[in-house]
Amino acid sequence: MARRRYSVFALAREALRYHAGWERAWNSPAPKSRYDVIIIGAGGHGLATAYYLGKNFGITNVAVLEKGWLGGGNTGRNTTIIRSNYLQDPSAAIYEKARSLYETMSQDLNMNVMFSPRGVIMLAQTEHEVRGYQRTAHANSLQGVQTEFISPARVKQLVPIMNIDGPRYPVLGGLWQERGGTARHDAVAWGYARACSGMGMDIIQQCEVTGIRREGGKVTGVTTTRGDIGCSKLGIVVAGHSGVMAEKAGFRLPIESLALQALVSEPIKPCMDVVVMANTVHGYMSQSDKGEMVIGGGTDGFNNYTQRGSFHHIEETLRALVETFPVISRLKMLRQWGGIVDMTGDRSPIISKTPLGGCFVNCGWGTGGFKAIPGSGWAMAELIAKGEPGPLAAEFGLNRFAEGRFIDESVAAGVAH
Amino acid sequence: MSRRIQQGGRLIDRAQRESFAFNGRQMSGFAGDTLASALLANDQMMMGRSFKYHRPRGPVASGAEEPNALVGLSAGARFEPNQRTTTTEIYTGLTARSQNHWPSLDYDIGALNGFLSPFLPAGFYYKTFMHPRPLWKALFEPVIRHSAGLGKAPTEGDADRYEHFYFFADVMIVGGGIAGLQAALAAGRAGAKVLLIEQTAHWGGRAPVDGVMIGGKPADEWIAATLDTLNAMDNVTLRSRTMGAGVYDHGYALAYERCEDAVPQARGPRHRLWRVRAGQIITATGAIERPLSFPGNDVPGVMLASAVRDYLVNWAVAVGKRTVIVTNNDDAYRTAIALHDAGEAVPVIVDARPDAKGPLPERARALGIRIEQGCGLSGVKGGKRVTGAQICRQSGAGAVIEEVPCDAIAMSGGWSPVVHLWSHCGGKLTWDDAQAHFRPDPSRPPIGHDGAGFVIAAGSANGEMLAGACLQDGDAAGKAAIKALGLKAKGGAIAQAEAEGEHPMMPVWLMPADATPELKMKIFLDYQNDVKLSDVQLAAREGYESVEHTKRYTTLGMATDQGKLSNINGLAALSQALGADIPDVGTTTFRPPYTPISIGSIAGEARGPIFQPIRQTPMHAWHSENGADFEPVGQWRRPYCYLRDGETRADAVTREVRNTRQAVGLLDASTLGKLVVKGPDAGKLLDLVYTNMMSTLKPGNCRYGLMCNDNGFLIDDGVVARIDDQTFLCHTTTGGAERIHAHLEEWLQTEWWDMQAYVANLTEQYAQIAVVGPKARTVLEKLGGMDVGRDTLPFMGWAEGELAGIPARVYRISFSGELSFEVAVPASRGQEFWNKCLAAGAEFGIMPYGTEALHVLRAEKGFIMIGDETDGTVIPQDLGLNWAISKKKDDFIGKRAQQRSHMTDPNRWKLVGLETLDGTPLEDGAYAIAEGTNANGQRKTQGRVTSTYYSPTLDRGIAMGLVLNGPDRMGEVLEFTRTDRPPQHARIVDAVFYDKEGEKQNV
Repeated sequence: MARRRYSVFALAREALRYHAGWERAWNSPAPKSRYDVIIIGAGGHGLATAYYLGKNFGITNVAVLEKGWLGGGNTGRNTTIIRSNYLQDPSAAIYEKARSLYETMSQDLNMNVMFSPRGVIMLAQTEHEVRGYQRTAHANSLQGVQTEFISPARVKQLVPIMNIDGPRYPVLGGLWQERGGTARHDAVAWGYARACSGMGMDIIQQCEVTGIRREGGKVTGVTTTRGDIGCSKLGIVVAGHSGVMAEKAGFRLPIESLALQALVSEPIKPCMDVVVMANTVHGYMSQSDKGEMVIGGGTDGFNNYTQRGSFHHIEETLRALVETFPVISRLKMLRQWGGIVDMTGDRSPIISKTPLGGCFVNCGWGTGGFKAIPGSGWAMAELIAKGEPGPLAAEFGLNRFAEGRFIDESVAAGVAH
Repeated sequence: MSRRIQQGGRLIDRAQRESFAFNGRQMSGFAGDTLASALLANDQMMMGRSFKYHRPRGPVASGAEEPNALVGLSAGARFEPNQRTTTTEIYTGLTARSQNHWPSLDYDIGALNGFLSPFLPAGFYYKTFMHPRPLWKALFEPVIRHSAGLGKAPTEGDADRYEHFYFFADVMIVGGGIAGLQAALAAGRAGAKVLLIEQTAHWGGRAPVDGVMIGGKPADEWIAATLDTLNAMDNVTLRSRTMGAGVYDHGYALAYERCEDAVPQARGPRHRLWRVRAGQIITATGAIERPLSFPGNDVPGVMLASAVRDYLVNWAVAVGKRTVIVTNNDDAYRTAIALHDAGEAVPVIVDARPDAKGPLPERARALGIRIEQGCGLSGVKGGKRVTGAQICRQSGAGAVIEEVPCDAIAMSGGWSPVVHLWSHCGGKLTWDDAQAHFRPDPSRPPIGHDGAGFVIAAGSANGEMLAGACLQDGDAAGKAAIKALGLKAKGGAIAQAEAEGEHPMMPVWLMPADATPELKMKIFLDYQNDVKLSDVQLAAREGYESVEHTKRYTTLGMATDQGKLSNINGLAALSQALGADIPDVGTTTFRPPYTPISIGSIAGEARGPIFQPIRQTPMHAWHSENGADFEPVGQWRRPYCYLRDGETRADAVTREVRNTRQAVGLLDASTLGKLVVKGPDAGKLLDLVYTNMMSTLKPGNCRYGLMCNDNGFLIDDGVVARIDDQTFLCHTTTGGAERIHAHLEEWLQTEWWDMQAYVANLTEQYAQIAVVGPKARTVLEKLGGMDVGRDTLPFMGWAEGELAGIPARVYRISFSGELSFEVAVPASRGQEFWNKCLAAGAEFGIMPYGTEALHVLRAEKGFIMIGDETDGTVIPQDLGLNWAISKKKDDFIGKRAQQRSHMTDPNRWKLVGLETLDGTPLEDGAYAIAEGTNANGQRKTQGRVTSTYYSPTLDRGIAMGLVLNGPDRMGEVLEFTRTDRPPQHARIVDAVFYDKEGEKQNV
């Protein structure tokens, strides 16, 4: 099962024979009749869950079922920002866990996911935002998350193309996380898939779950377009369609599904080294290794499941970014798209047991799921393996909505993740 | 060599020369030239370098699909990277520079990558650069980033401006070829409001280039006559240089007009973005020729056969002296014949089909052009320019039969309809086996709000490849749109088009069919991103079987042309590698825009000061002239303080606070939200949205109220005044006016639609001025006109009357702890009233104060501020505001939520005052540290600072904060975080620092 290692030497060896010797990155088996654990959803979170089930708990009789192609949902549609400068303790804990796992992910998975700790600035453009980010910096200092509130001059130094003296919302400072950054989103899914496959797990694409089989209040398996598959434990990790899948399992989730808009420009030579998020004017931007300016917008104002781009938010976002980065006005938008995000009432995720025994859910990452993938998988694997949440997941249970124990991040003026 | 020929050129005006510069070299062309045609006319075949291997690149196409010939245009504040030379019209003074090379286009260090290409297959970067870890950030990534990217980044802001344009059409037709023109005729004659757009500067599309005859005359004549007819129709709007960029839900479409690109010195916007709402959209967007996949197909001089023909017919440019044609279909013979007719040499036509017997091949034969059937090319000689073509059997492994010297190769792999706009909003495709392409599936169009389709494809965009069929199809599309709109189609003859028929093409996805692995590494699919056939095969081998995986793994189709040339060939290569049928593999998703559009055009007019509306109070100008240091508050600008000569902000705030406490201050409070709630059920509504009981408020009185959301969290506060039995005036926070208005409307419209209560936002109707301080009443009395005495107008009362001759409503309320009147006057008289207050108050030392003094004054009194003491997680009970929560009411928004276990937990963080031991202010947002760490290793906390100021009145730092069980811990000393310094100690005290008994506000 063990995969052949990727390295510069392997690459050189293969170059001599037209790369004919490379094997599949992951196997594509037919489903078995039964697994210890089934994960529905082969996105980043689902694959990471499977990976840590194997790595941390030795559970490898695992299938990851995917309706389409792996990594094809929000894992392959996001703007790849990684940061952990969250305000609330539970958020900071899981996102910082994720960020730290990203640092060594390429080595852990033996696949270069190009984690690029180039730094993330969140701009403060009102006095209120200044106070909000100062508060976050104080909170982060106690949470073990390295951030600092920096001056407009330092912002300008880090991002020379930024107009910090705009007539409308001059930059008053920024929350700077030097160890935040970006990663190659597809490679994260591929890397986990390859590693899972290497541990003997089955990643089964083109396999849609059509029903969840239950007996006596416990899950017994799933029905799929490729037949019935039994399991003892089931993880639902299907951002964008969580409510739909929960319905099949017989319970409801406090989730709304919205289309989040994003776009890229044509590629240009490097002009911006860090990630910038501007919440007052609502836009965020980074430059990919390929040279494209990667731009995130907001969510559409209505619930839907189509992964289409719409125009109104794009206009609002680009207007804001042209104001912030005047040089991008003469660049061109190459492509825009949408992804469906799960939104909870407090905009924080759910990693939880469910009313159905043996069935666990991981969803509700809103607009900020990519950065959480390894931490989310780590916490979800622990939940599934032990049947009870560990400290990372403890606060993200479904019961918090009934108790009113919200984990609300929007309080720090940070509407965008 | 490529050069201008003496005759022809239907789009150029030989009388008008235009001179331009390429890489600093002066060249000249004619009006009507594109930059590509003009460069070719000057024998400049090489125009750029590819993305990954920095290979020499010349144009391969002649239009929007061009992936190679991209340049940086202009300079400074008008510099634009990655512009296609094939769609750039030249003008005198144009400057262009080639991209992605160093030190020069001809000699590029980056081309070394090409020699390393065996080591750099698709996705090589996923397999290496992992060790040692720090080197990724320090070395590998910077090197990759610098070698990637194409054009340089602009370095200045944009000197041009852009505008948005709104248009409503019954029928929007995208594409001004003969199908689009005919569709416009059909729709226009029926009286529909028609918008017809064409991305180039010219109408008619390919028909004139292909020598089509319509109604017995050359196509150009029919096109001119049709344009005359359409222009004469009032209900038809035509726009050239306008591209259909995207189709969105419900007939919403974007069109991108390039107004000034051709005439940069003219006045007006550079680009105009049309935002169109159309009943029906007809996509007559034509088709794009596909390259053939043979080794060396990327060498400059290898071009699409249609492009070679375009350059010859439209611009009188012969791209070579000897042009070899390689094809799998009849259409490419048109290029051979056109070249032959122009006197250019065509040494051989290499046709992959075993027998080429259609009318076009027969004509070519009759002209004496040599045709090699059943053959392909297994190699191209030359590096920066084609010098020869190597002919082989198509069926073999590529053994060279003959080498033909040539300096251009015209290739044709068949045609693919442009289905982008059809697909943007969900239109589905069907695979056409005979023509080997995807075409729109008319049974699965994009669906509008009524469940019916709203996009119709026409002409070659619909898979109709012959001119006659295009006209018929355009007419049918126009009539179908009319029918869908419920209009009646009018008659009108369709002209007959004559063009030679074509025999079937033969799909050729690999040339030669059994190419060796070595040859496959020389076959390019995506020219810009340097994706080769071997890369796609590698992706398939490694399990990247989904077309989306292959795309993302190899970057096929991710270049600036978004795969217009490469997608189908790549798809075919993938399905061959997988042993699957092409339609089963499927396409990647088509996303807007069709070709890249400027970000400036999307941003539109709203730049600089008009980026967002700036809301101004009636006294805004006065504030500006009197030293106001503004801060943005929502879309308002409010004076933070009024700076006097030599003052710092802190000085000014201190002065303003002291003056207000000791004499009298003037505050522009006009930004406060003012919502009037009216109707028989107004009281009932307010009882539900406020935590307090509002229905019992007596007319003439005011009450401070709290609003929560359905999760119980405090969202706004303000003073409610009952105007009469059925009318309440609700004050909101400055930032809350629109939000709270919407909140009330949402409840009224979705839940309590049976209530007779109406809400109007009167915020901007009134100027509201707070006169605050011990001398406040004296100032108002001096203004005269109404009794503002303690007995007539007691604390928390209001009265209507006149002050200084101005109608006024006076509220006796206080947010500072001082004697205070908030006076609302009609907005138009706000400045007048402000001036009169200043004049009347001069002898008492009246001074305006800003938002910061306002904050300090309220903090000294322990009054909460929404957004400081609240953050969306705070309930009124946390702030000691239980007195404002009615116990008598059955329900109010948030009541049920506040009964949840966490909300009623006795151990919550609650509001207290904080006094530092050393007197210096606490830091904004500081946390109170507790003992130990939690399960995640985070330091525990027991509270946080919500507001912190230097208090001029007490001459020390004061703060408010939320502390675990705070009110029960008076006198305890806590440690608060400080940035880069040891914690600061502060004592828990009462939150009211000043005038605890409230004597000063109630005088």
